[in-house]
Amino acid sequence: MELLLNYTPLLLKGTVLTIAVGLTSLAISVVLGLLGAWGKLSRSPVAQGAAKTYTTIVRGIPDIVLMLLLFYGGQQIVNQIGDYFGWDYVEIDAFTAGVTTIGFIFGAYMTETFRGAYLAIPAGQIEAGMACGMSRWTVFRRIIWPQLVRYALPSFGNNWLVMIKTTALVSIIGLQDVVYLANAAGKSTRQPFTFLFGVLIIFLILTSISNAGLNWLERRYNIGHERN
Amino acid sequence: MEFDLIFKNIDLFFQGTWMTLRLLFFSLLIGGTLSIPLAIARATRHRWFNRPVWMFTYFFRGTPLLVQTYLVYNGLSQFDFIRESILWTVLRDAYWCALIAFSLNTCAYTTEILRGFIETTPRGEIEAARAAGMGPWLRMRRIILPSAFRRALPAYSNEVIFMLHGSAIASVITLMDILGAGRTLNARYYLAFEGFLTSAVFYLTITFMLTAIFRQLERKLNKHLYPRIATS
Repeated sequence: MELLLNYTPLLLKGTVLTIAVGLTSLAISVVLGLLGAWGKLSRSPVAQGAAKTYTTIVRGIPDIVLMLLLFYGGQQIVNQIGDYFGWDYVEIDAFTAGVTTIGFIFGAYMTETFRGAYLAIPAGQIEAGMACGMSRWTVFRRIIWPQLVRYALPSFGNNWLVMIKTTALVSIIGLQDVVYLANAAGKSTRQPFTFLFGVLIIFLILTSISNAGLNWLERRYNIGHERN
Repeated sequence: MEFDLIFKNIDLFFQGTWMTLRLLFFSLLIGGTLSIPLAIARATRHRWFNRPVWMFTYFFRGTPLLVQTYLVYNGLSQFDFIRESILWTVLRDAYWCALIAFSLNTCAYTTEILRGFIETTPRGEIEAARAAGMGPWLRMRRIILPSAFRRALPAYSNEVIFMLHGSAIASVITLMDILGAGRTLNARYYLAFEGFLTSAVFYLTITFMLTAIFRQLERKLNKHLYPRIATS
């Protein structure tokens, strides 16, 4: 225990990076999720096909495989393209590879989240908005978005809880998150159990805080909405 | 793409598939078996049974599988009493460590899935069993559990896929599973794309096969739950 206290600044640094990876990936996944849902709901068969292929493939491959593929494989591809155009050697750092992969993976899950939430909004409301002379953007901002958030929140929260745990994988590609640092500290002090157990507790705290935050958000976005 | 190198090393991937499937099968078997009594304990509202199981599932569902695996593989060696005990012959082996971590992890998720479906058993079924004079254990064994298993199948198939994907973590603790084969190709020939893409294709194929198997199983076991389609 005393040992853990001595290493608190280090573990805290790692935890901050873990949270940063989580939040950046979340932002990417929300953008991709909205795009994916838009593709799935659009009338264009090309957009539909692309969105469907995206979600099927991503959900069929382990996250860690995609991460290594992007980290090592992406590097090769980028530099082959770079060679062709005569760029300098481009290095994909672990942070970029990590958040891109996690964002890409959870974008597929977010696609389903947003698609389901959109379908829960009665079509009549959107028609009514248009009938009032709102532009498509105003309809989105005033009618669709507030309700989209309300309906999407439970599944969105679930995705976030899975995602924050998935961030542990970035330690494999050398990013110094809380898992990486604890593993290293455990090895050098010969007390791996103490440190790894500490990491598990840190993750439990993160998920518990997230749960509380999500509950608050759900209450907020359900104001004026009867719970059943 | 260097296809000839992939084909030259395709054996590695098939051996890796065997390792992945073995890990998957045994962790599901052990975790699934353990989850049945735990789910029953969790479904009883009794504090002494409910609380400890809840703590177990909360711990394992709230933390990353990777760290759990590290804890078993790297962490346990910290204790001298474990290293000196007979358990060490098992815990020294990466395969057993992965199996233990995966089993506990899937056990926690399966417990919660099963608990949900035990609790939502239609009242009428339980009342009918009571009326027929069945005691609590007989009721559990003959009515509640079979019904819960069937209704839990779609959720459980997701857990199986999740576990298949999670099992790729085994390669991190030096096991030669499908991803291990891909990593070998990367290390030996510096062929990142070929190795990891082949791994991805293997996982994708297994995922599709498992999904198809579960769909068949659902169709067979839950036939009575679907609406009847009029035949002319």
